[in-house]
Amino acid sequence: MPTYSTSAQQIISAFAEVPKSSRLELLLEYANALPALPDRYADHPELLERVEECQSPVFLFVEVFDSKVRIFLTAPLESPTTRGFASLLQLALDGGEIDDVAGFSDQFINELQLTELVSPLRIRGMHGMLARIKRQVAEKTL
Amino acid sequence: MSYPLDPNPKFQTYSSPEALVSTDWLAQNLDKPGLTIIECDEDILLFETGHIPGAIKLDWHTELNDPVTRDFLDGQAFSDLLSAKGIARTDTLVIYGDKSNWWATYAFWIIKLFGHADVRILDGGRAKWIAENRVTTTDSTNSPATSYPLVNRDDEKLRAFKEDVFQHFGKPLIDVRSPEEYSGERTHMPNYPDEGALRGGHIPSAASVPWSRSVNEDQTFKPIEELNQIYREQAGLGDASDVIAYCRIGERSSHTWFVLKYLLGIEKVRNYDGSWTEWGSAVQVPIAKGLEPGPVPVRL
Repeated sequence: MPTYSTSAQQIISAFAEVPKSSRLELLLEYANALPALPDRYADHPELLERVEECQSPVFLFVEVFDSKVRIFLTAPLESPTTRGFASLLQLALDGGEIDDVAGFSDQFINELQLTELVSPLRIRGMHGMLARIKRQVAEKTL
Repeated sequence: MSYPLDPNPKFQTYSSPEALVSTDWLAQNLDKPGLTIIECDEDILLFETGHIPGAIKLDWHTELNDPVTRDFLDGQAFSDLLSAKGIARTDTLVIYGDKSNWWATYAFWIIKLFGHADVRILDGGRAKWIAENRVTTTDSTNSPATSYPLVNRDDEKLRAFKEDVFQHFGKPLIDVRSPEEYSGERTHMPNYPDEGALRGGHIPSAASVPWSRSVNEDQTFKPIEELNQIYREQAGLGDASDVIAYCRIGERSSHTWFVLKYLLGIEKVRNYDGSWTEWGSAVQVPIAKGLEPGPVPVRL
């Protein structure tokens, strides 16, 4: 059983506590909570990396500073599922220690118990986001 | 037909004008008894962000598929589903969705497997309704449950399986995927993840006619003259053709299936929903690579 940051554990608990029929509503709440990009990225889309695994245009950028990781993600309003996934990863990982983000278990995605509700394509998209976050962290901490 | 038709002149040029409604028509017919509006999207949360007033949600992933077998729901499950959603067998169903109505036409096709008589597609789908700044709501629609009769699914006329494709060789096959998927350069849509077909390419002898050629920029269907040019003149189809369309998992080919059957009036059109995720991975099944259709295979 992997260990998770407090924020990641809170997300897992939130999904575990609601009935299956309410999990999509919860995902939508997270989608609505995805913060807007700060101006330094909103004005410079070329700095962002496209997540090719996602069905919708999802872009991300990772900053590493003082052994902490900042995560920035954006996805279009007409793709709420993707926004929800982006928001979950942002909440779970943003502000974390480098080692914690680098070692963050992919198992987190399964723990949300969304696989019956969301198509495999979408779940793969979330794995793609996480893999790219970890790769950027690795590149920036060489 | 249980409900007045949309007299839109464009629709009258299609072979089945009764299978379409416009956003104008729908806006004037909201909240009418006997008319059920259904939203079916690729993004299964989109409905909750706002939908056409009175619309109910149909989830292609969790509601139309059997959870165990790779197949659609059976007669009992279909009856239970439509009853719970408050749909009557005599209702007029208007379906719309995102992505140029891919999943709306997929839902339309599956509902037709159960022989529901009056089903219509909203021309231009969700995007057009939103682009026109028409009213949406996040209020959920609670229709009292009905007793939708038990009707067995009839796959015979509208659906093709892998074996049917083998029997079909020599007759028109239409591959509606992107040119890169057709040639074998990639096994999935551009910008989409790979769903795991083992090989890239197309069914030998299939013609490449990407689904997107049938729609305008606003996602409405193209005028009949242009559709005739694409499918009759260029792809060589005729009224009496026997056609099978396929894509990756059957959603984009539902769109082309709708165009061929309801707009062009081609007599026999089937959708092969196993599509490339089955064909590209199956044992003892030939494929063709590159831009040419390739010869009709001789079965061993």
